[in-house]
Amino acid sequence: MGSTRPDRRGFLKGGAALAGGLTLGATEPAFGQLPNPDTYIKGTDDLIAYGVRSQHVTSVRIAHPPGSQASPDAFGKVFHVASPLQDSVGMITPSSLHFVGTTRGSFVPDIDPREHRLMFHGLVDRPLVFTMEDLRRLPSVTRPHFIECAGNRSRTQHKTVQESHGMTSCAEWTGVLLSTLLREAGVKDAGKWIVAEGVEEVKGASSIPMEKAMDDCMVAYGMNGEAVRPQNGFPLRLLVPGFEGIFNSKYLRRIKVVDRYYMTYNDFGHLTRDPDRAALGYQIGPKSVITFPSAGQQLPDRGAYQISGLAWSGGGAIGRVEVSTDGGRRWMDAQIQGTAHRMAHTRFTLQWNWDGNETELMSRSTDELGQVQPTRAQITEFFDSRGVPGQDNSIQPWRIASDGSVHNAIA
Amino acid sequence: MRSPRGFPTRRPRGQRCRVGHSPPGCSLLAPCHADASSENRSAFLLRRAGVLGVLAFLTLVVGTAAAQGPTYGVGRTPTEEEIRAWDISISPTGEELPPGQGTFEEGQLVYRRQCAACHGVDASGGSGPRLVKRDIEPEHPWDFGRILPIRAPYATVVWDYINRGMPLNREGTLTADQVYALTAYLLSINDVIPEDMVLDAESLPKIQMPNRDAFARVPDWQPGQPRLPGYPH
Repeated sequence: MGSTRPDRRGFLKGGAALAGGLTLGATEPAFGQLPNPDTYIKGTDDLIAYGVRSQHVTSVRIAHPPGSQASPDAFGKVFHVASPLQDSVGMITPSSLHFVGTTRGSFVPDIDPREHRLMFHGLVDRPLVFTMEDLRRLPSVTRPHFIECAGNRSRTQHKTVQESHGMTSCAEWTGVLLSTLLREAGVKDAGKWIVAEGVEEVKGASSIPMEKAMDDCMVAYGMNGEAVRPQNGFPLRLLVPGFEGIFNSKYLRRIKVVDRYYMTYNDFGHLTRDPDRAALGYQIGPKSVITFPSAGQQLPDRGAYQISGLAWSGGGAIGRVEVSTDGGRRWMDAQIQGTAHRMAHTRFTLQWNWDGNETELMSRSTDELGQVQPTRAQITEFFDSRGVPGQDNSIQPWRIASDGSVHNAIA
Repeated sequence: MRSPRGFPTRRPRGQRCRVGHSPPGCSLLAPCHADASSENRSAFLLRRAGVLGVLAFLTLVVGTAAAQGPTYGVGRTPTEEEIRAWDISISPTGEELPPGQGTFEEGQLVYRRQCAACHGVDASGGSGPRLVKRDIEPEHPWDFGRILPIRAPYATVVWDYINRGMPLNREGTLTADQVYALTAYLLSINDVIPEDMVLDAESLPKIQMPNRDAFARVPDWQPGQPRLPGYPH
């Protein structure tokens, strides 16, 4: 980095010195030209092979929850990594910035895809083993889907949208529909559930209803136009669109068709005594959050701003996003950018003129099923002050102070 | 409601016709938008019967073909041994449990060597989670908290987790006997089974765990359903 092209630079400097001598400071570019940058990024073999972003772009993931202990390696024993939503644009999360959740430690298996196998067995007519090469021979689909950790919950101590909402991301996934593979194996009538298992240390396995498995689940080998990243499940991960993150087994190696809920360790951790809580433990509710302006950011002055945010739901496509710029008294329809895909982040924007007074911004999404994102007060009331079980999809207010600083406004 | 263009919007259940209206009785076989009144009624019925016949025949052929074989023929058939070696999912009734057995005493030895460093000599936890209930007498065993050998609804869950996930960074190194022994040890120190009980594939699934009936019923899930039926938000 920082290499220069001496001939041209020397010429420009000489020109500048000459011009400076004549006009006392102001550099006059030649007609039709603007001043060039002083430095150039050297075209190394590495850069030719695989690009990197500008050194001036510093947006990074952080350990989650904030302040979690760093042991046994840099990722920490609580190995959750939150995505920098405050800097996001569009609906796709770059693979390098996709959030990461693991069941335990920072174990990321280094899998040789040539050795990797996916087995289907249990209540099927034909148990089958697929290589990665086999899977690429089968009809594929490419779809954007979000994955959200059920623990993605805003708390008063969270200082940025990355801390409060960063455990969700959206990638474009490519792979084979699970229904294609299950039909290839032939599910027996008694097969009502599947258990999907990965290679990693606890071999994370969850029981998934056959209705879901046959509906829209995907065995994905592609992510944002290239192979799935190791932290996201290379070479193969299960996508269970709209279900809580833990269902999306990484390093997928085995799918067993079974006749009942199998009560795996993941299931055990998921279930509760309360039927409402148990039901809410599957599907992600309609949710949205304003990513700009969001806590920790600073508005330099009153005037025009584009409010921008993300909306998503496990119930399907986002149908509508409303934004309030006065603490929830009035709501305006935000503009949905591009297509609202099923179970995918959807970018929304609203042009706003800040008058310099303190106020609160918030967004509210409605999905194609008509489910509306609730306020924290509504959740508290419905669940008898116990807080929402499972994923918290409540409305996130951001307070704009009169000095333009932005703060988390949840009580 | 905005309809996504990339992927079909899910239709509410019970709505079958997509021509823009769906009055009762409208279906693909008897489309309500066909103007039957302007035709000879018997010809209409005959035609309809013909359509039904063809459809029934196609259903029979396609349905039989689907039940008979795979569409693409990709992938190979694993051997029985392969499946047995890979299949570490243990159901609540324990069909997949391997041969072997273990006791509290054997488990105590394994625990001291392989588990105590993380879970504590007295199983009260350390860098790993607590594995023994606290010295309290709650109204319901659920209130001992999320401690695996007391919270788990089935003893098979304890066996399965030790087998697939323990010890940290040495997963898969315990023998079946050792896993039975560790399960016996952990269930004993939580007063679920007596110290002299021998655990094996027969006895393990029969253990009545204190929280067996405390878990909520697993909800039914259907495509296109709200997150929680009846939940207003």
